[in-house]
Amino acid sequence: MKIILKQVLILNPEQKLNQKSDLLINDGIIEKIDGLNETDFKSSKVFDFDNKVCSPGFFDMHVHLREPGREDEETVETGSNAAASGGFTGIACMPNTDPSIDSAEIIRFIKEKAKDHLVDVFPVAAATLARKGEALSPMYELFEAGAVAFSDDGVAIKNAGVLRNSLEYSLNFGTPIIEHCEDESMADGVMNEDLISTTLGLPGIPKVAEDLVVMRDIMLAEFTGGKVHIAHISSKKSVELVRQAKKNNINVTAEVTPHHFTLTDDLLKSYDTNYKMNPPLRTRADIEAMIEGLKDGTIDCIASDHAPHAIEEKEMEFIFAPNGIIGLETELSLVMSELVHKKHLTVSQVIEKMAINPRKILNIPIPQIKIGEVANFTIFDPDLIWTVDVNKFKSKAKNSPFDKRLMTGKSIAVVNKGKMFFEDQFTAI
Amino acid sequence: MSLSNRHLLGLNGVPKEDIQLILDTATTFREVLERPIKKVPTLQGKTIVNLFYEDSTRTRISFELAQKRLSADTINFSTSTSSVKKGETFKDTVRNIEAMKVDMIVVRHKSAGVPQYLTRISKANIINAGDGLHEHPTQGLLDMYSIKERLGRLEGLKVCIVGDIAHSRVALSNIFGLRSMGAVVSVCGPTTMIPFGIESLGVKIFTNIDEAIAKNDVLNVLRIQLERNAGTRIPSLREYHKYFGITCERIEKLNKEIVILHPGPINRGVELSSEVADGPYQVILDQVTNGVAVRMAVLYLLGTMH
Repeated sequence: MKIILKQVLILNPEQKLNQKSDLLINDGIIEKIDGLNETDFKSSKVFDFDNKVCSPGFFDMHVHLREPGREDEETVETGSNAAASGGFTGIACMPNTDPSIDSAEIIRFIKEKAKDHLVDVFPVAAATLARKGEALSPMYELFEAGAVAFSDDGVAIKNAGVLRNSLEYSLNFGTPIIEHCEDESMADGVMNEDLISTTLGLPGIPKVAEDLVVMRDIMLAEFTGGKVHIAHISSKKSVELVRQAKKNNINVTAEVTPHHFTLTDDLLKSYDTNYKMNPPLRTRADIEAMIEGLKDGTIDCIASDHAPHAIEEKEMEFIFAPNGIIGLETELSLVMSELVHKKHLTVSQVIEKMAINPRKILNIPIPQIKIGEVANFTIFDPDLIWTVDVNKFKSKAKNSPFDKRLMTGKSIAVVNKGKMFFEDQFTAI
Repeated sequence: MSLSNRHLLGLNGVPKEDIQLILDTATTFREVLERPIKKVPTLQGKTIVNLFYEDSTRTRISFELAQKRLSADTINFSTSTSSVKKGETFKDTVRNIEAMKVDMIVVRHKSAGVPQYLTRISKANIINAGDGLHEHPTQGLLDMYSIKERLGRLEGLKVCIVGDIAHSRVALSNIFGLRSMGAVVSVCGPTTMIPFGIESLGVKIFTNIDEAIAKNDVLNVLRIQLERNAGTRIPSLREYHKYFGITCERIEKLNKEIVILHPGPINRGVELSSEVADGPYQVILDQVTNGVAVRMAVLYLLGTMH
């Protein structure tokens, strides 16, 4: 089947592309860029995407799919649907499932579930068995089965010696260790520690609990030569630590979530558990540091930390409620609203941070927009104004603090693997 | 006269006039408690549920007694385990109770914010009887009542809260309430027990207990709660007592008048020596009596609002 994306603004900083063109896609492969003739138009389904941006498909490297174990909250399929709806053609899923992703069988199970979906799903495997922070998982075997990174996400690898070994061992195959940076001995709280936590009577988690582990991890990355990726960075000092490490050519990369650069901890005054996350929401000064880090390249990419939870689990007494919110279907819009329209990042920088850098970090080929390549695009409108409605989400879960929020910018369609998601529907193309 | 809010979730942001009204109303009920027949028909026909998700003896008894003195029908729901473990969510429990047509809910919970959450899922008047490390407003009110009863005023008085401020809900309610009534509030305790940013609430910090005693009119001494992990923040109860415990010796060497409050239960020999706990400075049992009157006042004012 042939389709034409008419008059899209092709933007790919990696290929230095910035042009308005017609794209002809035949059976999922890019057949023509411009130079389309009348026969092409007659024999194809035409999508008039005038002035919509067409970029390499976005990639979210921090997603919790909950399968296996909590299929009531999300599955590989529903999470992938949410990803497609949010404008992603690829995601990496975290290993804190039940059982955790610490065996090749589970990697194969997830890849099998995902194989026919538009969205490419790349499992991140546990760095240690059952994420206990003790014995290394069978990393080489997991890598061979398809793991693109290793992490004990949810917690940091507790023991510095174990982290050292996992970093050194992964040098054999070049995968990064993704770290949830937090010193557990200082992190028994439920929100950022400051005057607000004091006033609300909620136990706090100090920023230094994050900074300490970021510092440790940077030092171990330097010592071993291994690659450390800092997940969901949230504190000003941690951003500064990563900036310095990069100046010293240490192999460290970092991501930030939209909620951490959008929301501050004073929102906790409502005791709404949709503001409960880990790392916790921080302060305005931290947000400014994160934005600065995004601008100067200290922070490489944006990821959602999409964390689906059942309604009855999130609707609970604050200290008992689980951490995290879903994010796939609001991520691009928050990036546009908070970063692009506020003139912090250009659309090209967004494409770097949402399509190119995550794949580079995980050693995944970056989709090229050229003739003969698989069409793997995100088509989005940076200016579309819309209101979030969690009931329309493709995700099984509804735990988003952004419900009813007015946003500017939205994904219109995604194309990958001979499939297209447009107007709430998947079609073969 | 009526209160400006139909719930009592905390003393943070409660206007001075409301606190004054509660304290004045409590004076009336305090008098009722001295009568041979200590009961008034004020809340006849009202149903009040005491929803206690955390162990409590005196607060629960005090509320229950206050409700009975006001002729309300009361139901006690107490559980020390969270509903999470029982398999029924808190929300479902509340909805079930609400379906039995209750007018007011008095709630104590391990998690801060539960009273506020209750206002979203229930139509009843909500009274916070202690939520996590957040607030315990009726305790703050009865402390203020007791100080006023002893010293005749609150305005301009210097009140120091002593102990584990970071893990106390009594401290915050005292700070908000007393400051709103014009008292000068300070805290004193080991630095590990002083929460982040407390001075931004307009509170002075004393690190030395002798200085705190010397410079204040009232000490509100908190219980050192080992069950709240105090053990990791102080080396031992013995050391706590040595440097922060209130003893007659410490008071007498300063040769000054001081009023000592304690929300109970007392750890004798830890935050207070037995001599102090039973001595002339303390108003601890008055606090307990006043607690019933203050709670009657709160229940009455909320229960008769339109």
